[in-house]
Amino acid sequence: MKLYLKIWRQKDTRSKGQMVDYTLDGVESDMSFLEMLDVLNEELIAKGEEPIEFDHDCREGICGTCSLMINGRPHGPDSLITVCQLHMRSFNDGDTIVIEPWRAKAFPVVKDLIVDRSAFERIQQAGGYISVNTSGRPVDANAIPIEKDMADKSFAAATCIGCGACVAACKNASAMLFTAAKVSQFALLPQGQVEAADRVQNMVRQMDLEGFGNCTNTGACEVECPKGISLENIARMNREYLSASLKG
Amino acid sequence: MAVLDSKVPSGPLADKWTKHKNEIDLVNPANKRNIDIIVVGTGLAGGSAAATLAELGYNVKTFCYQDSPRRAHSIAAQGGVNAAKNYQGDGDSIYRLFYDTVKGGDYRSREANVYRLAEVSTNIIDQCVAQGVPFAREYGGLLDNRSFGGVLVSRTFYAKGQTGQQLLLGAYAAMNRQIQRGKIKSYTRHEMLDLVLVEGKARGIIARNLVTGEIERHSAHAVVIASGGYGNLFFLSTYCMGANVMAAWKAHKRGAYFANPCYTQIHPTCIPVSGDHQSKLTLMSESLRNDGRIWVPKKLEDAQAIREGRLKPTELAEEDRDYYLERRYPAFGNLVPRDVASRAAKERCDAGYGVNKTGEAVYLDFTSAIMRYGREKALTSGMKNPDDATVRKLGEEVVEAKYGNLFQMYEKIVDQNPYKTPMMIYPAVHYTMGGLWVDYNLMTTIPGCYSAGEANFSDHGANRLGASALMQGLADGYFVLPYTIGDYLNDDIRTGAIPTDSPEFDQAEQNVRDRIQKLMSANGIHSVDHYHKRLGKIMWNKCGMARNEQGLKEAIKEIAELRKDFWENVKIPGSPDAKNQELEKAGRVADFLELGELFAMDALHRNESCGGHFREEYQTEEGEALRDDKNFKYAAAWEYNGDPSKSKLHKEDLLYENIEVKTRSYK
Amino acid sequence: MSQLLNSSLARKYVMALSGLFLVIFLVLHVTINLASVLSPDFFNEASHFMGYNPLVQFIMQPILIAGVIVHFVMGFVLEAQNRKARGSVGYTRYKGSANASWVSRNMIYSGLVVLAFLGLHFYDFWIHEMAYKYVEANPEDPTRYYAETVEKFAPIWRTVLYVIAFVLLSLHLWHGFASSFQSMGMNNKYTPGIKRFAKAFALVVPLAFAFIAIYHHLNPITH
Repeated sequence: MKLYLKIWRQKDTRSKGQMVDYTLDGVESDMSFLEMLDVLNEELIAKGEEPIEFDHDCREGICGTCSLMINGRPHGPDSLITVCQLHMRSFNDGDTIVIEPWRAKAFPVVKDLIVDRSAFERIQQAGGYISVNTSGRPVDANAIPIEKDMADKSFAAATCIGCGACVAACKNASAMLFTAAKVSQFALLPQGQVEAADRVQNMVRQMDLEGFGNCTNTGACEVECPKGISLENIARMNREYLSASLKG
Repeated sequence: MAVLDSKVPSGPLADKWTKHKNEIDLVNPANKRNIDIIVVGTGLAGGSAAATLAELGYNVKTFCYQDSPRRAHSIAAQGGVNAAKNYQGDGDSIYRLFYDTVKGGDYRSREANVYRLAEVSTNIIDQCVAQGVPFAREYGGLLDNRSFGGVLVSRTFYAKGQTGQQLLLGAYAAMNRQIQRGKIKSYTRHEMLDLVLVEGKARGIIARNLVTGEIERHSAHAVVIASGGYGNLFFLSTYCMGANVMAAWKAHKRGAYFANPCYTQIHPTCIPVSGDHQSKLTLMSESLRNDGRIWVPKKLEDAQAIREGRLKPTELAEEDRDYYLERRYPAFGNLVPRDVASRAAKERCDAGYGVNKTGEAVYLDFTSAIMRYGREKALTSGMKNPDDATVRKLGEEVVEAKYGNLFQMYEKIVDQNPYKTPMMIYPAVHYTMGGLWVDYNLMTTIPGCYSAGEANFSDHGANRLGASALMQGLADGYFVLPYTIGDYLNDDIRTGAIPTDSPEFDQAEQNVRDRIQKLMSANGIHSVDHYHKRLGKIMWNKCGMARNEQGLKEAIKEIAELRKDFWENVKIPGSPDAKNQELEKAGRVADFLELGELFAMDALHRNESCGGHFREEYQTEEGEALRDDKNFKYAAAWEYNGDPSKSKLHKEDLLYENIEVKTRSYK
Repeated sequence: MSQLLNSSLARKYVMALSGLFLVIFLVLHVTINLASVLSPDFFNEASHFMGYNPLVQFIMQPILIAGVIVHFVMGFVLEAQNRKARGSVGYTRYKGSANASWVSRNMIYSGLVVLAFLGLHFYDFWIHEMAYKYVEANPEDPTRYYAETVEKFAPIWRTVLYVIAFVLLSLHLWHGFASSFQSMGMNNKYTPGIKRFAKAFALVVPLAFAFIAIYHHLNPITH
């Protein structure tokens, strides 16, 4: 099939970028979306032009590196997948596809379609861990039985791949779903209780410092999250934060 | 063999590690503050090592090419992590895990290392649970287990199909805690381009900031290489796109021996190649072989009809199917080790029984499991005489709960529903057992240069068992390296910070700049991927699942020619002083073009079949691998001498004092 | 505690709590208004009580006004911050409809219409009351309210404006009411029930207001 692509090109963080039109022929339906971009890049290189840079790594939907806004939706038209799992059979011959980077003040563009998501790193550094020494000798794993339901919920929150689609999708560029998933993952486990109050306060503080928007409960993040992280996590964080703040 | 001192402690096997820990030198806490360590790679091994070293008090700098340490490819490991906990009470023990691993590795690993691995495996689970890793649990609240290939017990701990992700997030969280304390400085989007030796000791690295293109000098008292495996040599693999051998290869070129490069794991259950545009292959977890049955049609005409789309697999009668693993290996059936399963698939496809368009796929069928689980579920829910449709529906729900994400992943890629029609699978490159040669302390042949995880060669011999990679990465990082490194660093407590303005750093940086300059100024005819794909074809066809003398000799010649062509004609647009993905790729492919040759040389010299290394000339009448313990019971460690073809072979003889070396059989 | 006051989550709590408070006020308001249809005498009585009881006048009324002000000022603050959070370059294509409802994405607009309506409503009733009581210092008259109210809806333009505002109020509540529970950290097995109730509320209450306005427009007092 033949496609008309409109792609954001930007030299570096400081430069101004713009949308550039490309036409690509010979796209096969069983190609992945990123393989389609590979083909375009090979054509650009052959012409001596700089290829389009985009973030990607595992290409199996788990590392959370790929991050494209496709026709106005993070990770494209399909649900519960990342861009690298999107296949061209979701498009038709003659389609126009608009490809842009995530847009958020807290995610400055690095080059072309690549953004800097280090804000997420700092949120996790602020408290996304349980303070247990790795070199210590902890108690036997089965000495802490955990209700299956809680363990499963914690796991569901922990499957967040930190791709940033929630921020990209949110009309407010809010990072609540990401932060809430990271808070919940520990809040749901007995091991995470000791530091729960500090954790939620520190992580929310850092989230606010990074310049993300406020949550207005539109639910866009949950719909676009490739791992289907639930809004329940945001409610849990709201709850945890409120009780932590009231305790002092 | 004086050069290769494995430093394995004396004494009975079970006491070696404890004794060693008691005897090695330590660095006192006050002095650790004055010692810097560089960790390259932030997967399970690098991440856990960095966290533990920082926690002990060392100043750690971590480097990864990804935009976050948490994105390292350990995250993609699906199935689980082994540990000899014996929670299931099925007779597991440290010795049994040790034995299974040595046997699984086809008696080509170092006994003492493997025993230590089995010994600390139980600590891993304790540690991870304490860190909040949400492993799968039973309804009683205790940890659940499942089985993996090549073993007769259930010792694999898991978190659905995302165990690697959960373990890596655990290590990453431990890292974050140390970053917050200021004990780790994390350099993301940075790539190590050279190792710097001062007076023969590893004292730093040259790294490129991938965003700005700046070349940076970083010094330390020791350097840990935990940069993963080199499977991307094959272009198509289950590795992530950025996985590369650069850090290990640069260390090799500076004097670290590279061991057993030809030991490559080809994983039997991957989604088959669909076309020339393909950029990577996707693994379907080995855990699927717990419940899936592998088959091809019994008759050639049926196979042909399926390939041409005239016959559907579901239409084929039970008696017309060949469950070849169950037929050939009744004891282990579909759970034979990976190398055995992969070769058996290749054997059937080569014989004309392949089931996709290209004839390179076999079926992995869940119908039996779905019906079995369905009946069980119907009974426990009190249904007396459920019809087949109900049973199937209930069974599908059970299977979905166990493997939902994998089935979804399959459907997205192949556009077929694996609940209704069997999956198609084919082997693909998945892991490399070879890597930097290390001694018992995980130190390479360069003093102060350590290697952990998949980057080293140490524990898996010629074949790795499922769910052992996560175990080894975390064992090295959390429990081994942080202690053994003290033995070396004990001499450095008075050294002080290593200056970066020495002639050694000057020279290393100049080398790096020259190389980039040379890459950028080639003739500019073909893209980097063009060369990478060609290299991959040579590797897959001649150094893949089955190798022979003639093919390997051709491969050596072809790779050398391709390398020459690459350096003359590669085309890299853009500037070296900015973000430049093509330049990044070029540097990595340039290394693969050297390693590929060494790989083929290693495969050629090893005149036997063992584990992942199968030489067609050396097989039994039934087509099983034929080992030669008399001549090849050693680790082959290669020393670099200016060019891969001039590499010098050193042998570390493998002694088996606690295990009887036998022919590996899973029949 | 000081951190609480500055955080984005605190802004959520403020929005949610002030919103919930206004929802409770709506219940009171619609109940008294319904009386104007069912029993003019009771309506007069209730209105007089509300207009002259010191507790209502000097404590509850300021709290209500404060609640309204806090709700809309915070709404503006959030909107301004949220717009800034997208950064200097926005999307050329953004398909908000694919993942969120129109009402949830346009609370600022439904809110602005309701706010504008409040201006008119204050002018119509509150300013009038203030002038009657404190500027003109008229004597108490517990029977005037019904007639005054009905008279207000005589012009068709006012009735239409009121009804439009109630439609927007409905939309605002459609998202806002249930959303405030989420903001306060409540998302559990009761949530589906709460959502159903909130949506029913968002339909019924504005509908009742609109009905009353139209009823009075259609049934003027004939002397």
